[in-house]
Amino acid sequence: MAIETHQDRVEPAGSGPPLGGPGGVLRPWWLRPGVHVGVIGAAVGYILGHLLGNFLSSAYAQNALSDSNDVPIVLGYAFGTIGWLAGLGVFNDLGRQMLGKPLLAEVRRGAGETGLSKYFRYTLDHKVVGIQYLFGMIAYFLTGGLFAMAIRSELLSPSYHLLGPNQYLMVVGEHGTMMMMMMSSVILGPFGQYFGPLLIGSKRVAFPRLEALGFWLTPAAYVILLSAVLFGGFPTGWTGYEPLATQATQGEDAYFFAFGLMGLSMILAGFNMIVTIINYRAPGMRWSRLPMFVWSMFTVSFLQVLAVPVLVGACYMALMDRTFQTAFFENQLGGSSFLYEDLFWFFGHPEVYILALPGFGIVAEVVAVFCRKPLFGYKVAAAGMLGVGILSFFVWQHHLFDSGINPDMRPLFMLTTELISIPTGFIFLVAMGTFWKAKIRFSIPMLFALAFYFNFLIGGISGVFLSDVPADTTEHGSFFVMAHFHYTIMGGLIFAFFAGVYYWLPKMFGIKLNERLGKLHFWTMFIFFNTTFLPLFALGLMGMPRRVFEYARNLETLNDWVSISAFCLGVSILIFLVNFVMSMLFWREPEVSNPWRARSLEWQVSTPPPPENFNRVPVILSGPYDYGVKDALPVADLDPPPGVIAAAYAGAPGEEAYR
Amino acid sequence: MTTQPGDEPAEPAQPATGPRHGLRLFLIWLVLALAADLLIWFVWKPHLPPGTMSDAARHQQFDIAVLAISGAPVVIFVLLYFIYSIVVWRARPGDDSDGEPIYGNTKVQATWIIGTTVIVMWLFVFGTVELVVPAGAGAGEGPSPIWKLAGTTSSTWTPNTNTTLQVQVIGQQWTWTYRYPQFGGMESSELMLPVDTPVTFHVTSLDVIHSFWAYQLGVKADANPQVDNVAYVTPKALGSVTVRCNELCGIWHGAMFNYGHVVSPTAFQSWASGVQSKEQSDGVLAALPPYALTYDPTVIPQLGKNLPKIDGITGAAGYYYPPSDPVTP
Repeated sequence: MAIETHQDRVEPAGSGPPLGGPGGVLRPWWLRPGVHVGVIGAAVGYILGHLLGNFLSSAYAQNALSDSNDVPIVLGYAFGTIGWLAGLGVFNDLGRQMLGKPLLAEVRRGAGETGLSKYFRYTLDHKVVGIQYLFGMIAYFLTGGLFAMAIRSELLSPSYHLLGPNQYLMVVGEHGTMMMMMMSSVILGPFGQYFGPLLIGSKRVAFPRLEALGFWLTPAAYVILLSAVLFGGFPTGWTGYEPLATQATQGEDAYFFAFGLMGLSMILAGFNMIVTIINYRAPGMRWSRLPMFVWSMFTVSFLQVLAVPVLVGACYMALMDRTFQTAFFENQLGGSSFLYEDLFWFFGHPEVYILALPGFGIVAEVVAVFCRKPLFGYKVAAAGMLGVGILSFFVWQHHLFDSGINPDMRPLFMLTTELISIPTGFIFLVAMGTFWKAKIRFSIPMLFALAFYFNFLIGGISGVFLSDVPADTTEHGSFFVMAHFHYTIMGGLIFAFFAGVYYWLPKMFGIKLNERLGKLHFWTMFIFFNTTFLPLFALGLMGMPRRVFEYARNLETLNDWVSISAFCLGVSILIFLVNFVMSMLFWREPEVSNPWRARSLEWQVSTPPPPENFNRVPVILSGPYDYGVKDALPVADLDPPPGVIAAAYAGAPGEEAYR
Repeated sequence: MTTQPGDEPAEPAQPATGPRHGLRLFLIWLVLALAADLLIWFVWKPHLPPGTMSDAARHQQFDIAVLAISGAPVVIFVLLYFIYSIVVWRARPGDDSDGEPIYGNTKVQATWIIGTTVIVMWLFVFGTVELVVPAGAGAGEGPSPIWKLAGTTSSTWTPNTNTTLQVQVIGQQWTWTYRYPQFGGMESSELMLPVDTPVTFHVTSLDVIHSFWAYQLGVKADANPQVDNVAYVTPKALGSVTVRCNELCGIWHGAMFNYGHVVSPTAFQSWASGVQSKEQSDGVLAALPPYALTYDPTVIPQLGKNLPKIDGITGAAGYYYPPSDPVTP
């Protein structure tokens, strides 16, 4: 980023130029860009885009189900998103730079804003962005969860009774897409953005504007995805297979646009994370001292940057098919529905590891801290993550074993799929080695981490059944697959997310979550998660396909059991919500700055961390996992003598700033 | 399958005084794993889906059982290890000390990596053999399969001659239609198959992607528009078959199922000839699109002819085409 100056590097967002604009006067809050202006911008943008679309496509056939075709809708979404971002002030700096004016300080100030208002603005402080992500992703999760409750209510009976077939598919599609969009950011967003720089001893991220933009695209994607409900939803589920997607009504536009937008957000977050981790590590933070969580963020970011553009491309092509009548995916017009399947899963399989890897990172941190032991086989753990990341690009055809695409290559994809269980096994080896002769503390984060290993073991082993082409003939596309990926994603990622919440929330807000409610949340969630999803393996093997509202009558008892368990699981999430809201707003029990006696860097600073994370750039002295080592050095010198840092940066541009 | 990763975790670090955790774990694991595998093989396997109604289904049942006995010892080992460590190595109340710093153990790590690699290689070889030998194991193999089912091809079919029966499966929103090219291309709304006869399914679609899942036969093949997806099966027992659509295809996807029957070869032949001559005399065969591996619904060669409407016969001629929304499934 050429426009960044050395001045920025020394004085990150939060300190720096005097408060206010060039005149030194801070404008009143309602005149400064923020969510309220963004909403106005989005509304104006949508109307402009819609009118433009009507103008452009007035000669096209009007859709029978509404008074307009797809072009105005898509252009409305596009212009609405731009208006939303403009209202938030995303383009202000850019505009001022282009006009040669000095930058407004207020936009960048984040930490300087008083009270809560900084959370509702385009704030460039990575800790603010992390907290924005936390609340945003919880909102996504709860919305997706409500849709899941609706699905299970419908499946109480083998015939349709509650939702019509159309509403059922709408609910299935919204649930799947919302959860997939949320899961890709649920750890990288809150914890990656917040703790990434803290864990590597940096005062800031590399590209704060990209990072904040990445977050502010997610509310837009959320609203756009939900707007599909106004058009009757989309019938394609979260995979959006063509040519069904081209046949569908305008709800499908919302699906493709929102998913593409979320893809953009993932790419931006990935770029920022890669550059930050490579370039912003404190002196002494060698690759061999990088905490596992940072390794997982690093790997995931590469997956995002390399795989997600394919999704954005596929969404774009599908939107072109739907609006301007190109035929990328229309078999009868020279396109190919296989092309969409290929593109989607070329993104889709790395995507599921984008979901899984951050979970591996969190549980590795948690296990080391609560076993009071160094992580067993640090290099194996890092190699496992890199191995999973690399192999994830070579397995996507296993989603298409029965599709008829390139069937002679199935043994190869069976091999790559099974190979990926080797690096995944490393994650288990690391945990098991760390448990050997440990002093295990059963705190709530540790309970969630243990549940992660249990769930992921079942999810992983069921994946072996799916990777086997002959066995997959029965399991493919059935509830068996559904159970498999809920075990790996919900049982893996969401349990790891909650481990992270209970582990890191005291650092983020300086308050303690109620322990009794937390344990209740854990036990109900663990038990009801398993009673919900374990029977689904059996349902799948007994011949129940996914995404159906009608199933064989003999499966009713099992389905009712699953539905009731799912409602209990929902109650368990409510327990968390009560705990979260009450602890954050009312009980506010203060927590000491390092309640877990953890070694890693984020626990060494005050709670909550100061605006710039560190008063001086710390010098890292030893690895983060040296528990039980006699005379272990502290992990970092937080107040190094000036000469040390200067020496570390000797020869680097901007070196004089550190003297 | 006896390879097992991490049989002796960190044994060398153990001084002579403490209990021998590794040996203890190994013995418990051995007993449990053996018991589980025996139970899976002798008690569970005969009841495993998808049953034994065809060669493909029988192979899949065998594969699932083999995968289960390969996976069960791993699952038991990991779970046992976690439970054991939770019980044995939990911090006692008041114990604030740290664990012994062990950064790694080359032997354990190497054992684990070699063990998992051996398991994976075994699964790959086993899976490939089980894919190639039973001619694609009932899965869709695309338009030009290389693993074919033995059987003579002929443009007519007579019972008990090991002639392969050709069956075309046409998916459309939201129904299945079957055409039998060896019987004049006649079509039926129910799937009839002769027992002990090699069958070739040609699965295609007229609109969006469907997936043909004949559950008891262990057959699954996607139905793509403009694609001929071939799958093989040899039914081995009489009985009825559930056919479901296995790929989301629109709002009535959940209602897109029907039933098929495996009957004796002679019964099949009399049924098929009967339907053929009925459709011949009714004019259905003349009105149907000529038999082809794929159909383009935008081209309707019979337009202008009289389209017959006969109860019990789905989708003649132009009726294949624009998807209509059935009021009831």
